[in-house]
Amino acid sequence: MRCSPQTPRDSGGVAAVKRKVIDARGLLCPLPVIRLQEATKRLAAGTEVELIGTDPGVLYDVPAWCRVHGHPVLQTWQDNGQYHVLLAIRT
Amino acid sequence: MSHRYKAVALISGGLDSMLAAKIIQDQGIYVEGLNFFTGFCVEGHTHAIRQRNQKKPKRNNALWVAEQLGIKLHILDVIEEYKSVVLNPKYGYGANLNPCLDCKIFMVGKARQWMEENDFDFIITGEVIGQRPKSQRKDTMPLIARDSGANDLLLRPLSAKLLPPTKPEREGWVDRNKLYGFCGRNRKPQMELAKAFGLTDYAQPAGGCCFLTDENYARKLADLWQTRGQRDYALDDIMLLKVGRHIRPKPEFKLIVAREEGESRFLSGYKNRFVSLYPISHPGPMTLVDGHLTDEGLILAARIVARYSQGRDADRVEIKAISSEGECCLCVAPLKPHEIPAEWLL
Ligand code: SF4
Repeated sequence: MRCSPQTPRDSGGVAAVKRKVIDARGLLCPLPVIRLQEATKRLAAGTEVELIGTDPGVLYDVPAWCRVHGHPVLQTWQDNGQYHVLLAIRT
Repeated sequence: MSHRYKAVALISGGLDSMLAAKIIQDQGIYVEGLNFFTGFCVEGHTHAIRQRNQKKPKRNNALWVAEQLGIKLHILDVIEEYKSVVLNPKYGYGANLNPCLDCKIFMVGKARQWMEENDFDFIITGEVIGQRPKSQRKDTMPLIARDSGANDLLLRPLSAKLLPPTKPEREGWVDRNKLYGFCGRNRKPQMELAKAFGLTDYAQPAGGCCFLTDENYARKLADLWQTRGQRDYALDDIMLLKVGRHIRPKPEFKLIVAREEGESRFLSGYKNRFVSLYPISHPGPMTLVDGHLTDEGLILAARIVARYSQGRDADRVEIKAISSEGECCLCVAPLKPHEIPAEWLL
């Protein structure tokens, strides 16, 4: 089962992880990366971020940006013409 | 403990900026990269549009370069600020609507600002003397340094030996002997250096790094300014100029006709903001109408769309027109090829 967006994961008694959703639908690359980059400046380490986009480039550019900045990508998936990348802000 | 100097590198995604950053990195300097999104970049978003490009890898070259070098890359959204560069370039345009010299000054100026805000020590670019006729000449190099405010904190590692020593060289932050004296349009020295560094995969941009150097694109942008009666643009305007066939049969409107499925999908995203037309009796392209349509204009537009549909040889093609005010169907005769004068095609 996959957590639905904005549902903090219950880690069995440990503090739940905060999740931030970035809606980058309708934006063409590299704008989704730019939105993510701006948002991460205000996020605490450990926060999970789910970026949702409609440009297929999201599945390449967002993980590349994450690798460059050291934020682990937890999952990527695609549904109904939307592309999702779930990452964690590095500690 | 000795201070580790920090340089900010302008990373376009091409070979020269990659080499410049690598040269400085190899001297023990900490490097981070900056890349600018002006809206005119050839990179990135065009992947999403054209179906025919689907087989090519969808990488963003600037990010890819950063990954190869192991440096952080910051992509800056400069769409709004960049307008003044495109609309009022102090040093004018190149062969098309590319304000390359003003553009370099703007980008180095942004890098200077970033350097100051982030406590970095100097700026590096991949500029090579004589490589571009307008913006990369021996006499424009000091001008860029001066007008951007970067002055002697701007180092061009590929051509440094042909230029006066900058502060990082004079102060011994970098070793000038390990910099280069490349000049001219010959790419061989850069390719050999890439080989020496073990870099085998790199982007080879043809022409320029943005659509403003493209003759067709520049013509469409000039048409947009002329028909609107003002030199201005929004991001959507300049994105739409990259897509489809642009046909202006009347001064008051133009059609943007998708050339393939990917473009049709992309244009569909704009159908709430424009009148859209598409054939229903035959397969055919999604079309947007930019401007004002009279009843007569609508029929002409429908006949043009029919011309680009698979019903081009049929007597009649049914076209659906949708606007914010409603929708209607038209049954029209496709225009014949000779009825579309060359001057309609932008
Ligand atoms: S080609 Fe475009 S991005 Fe490159 S310097 Fe010229 S105007 Fe700037």
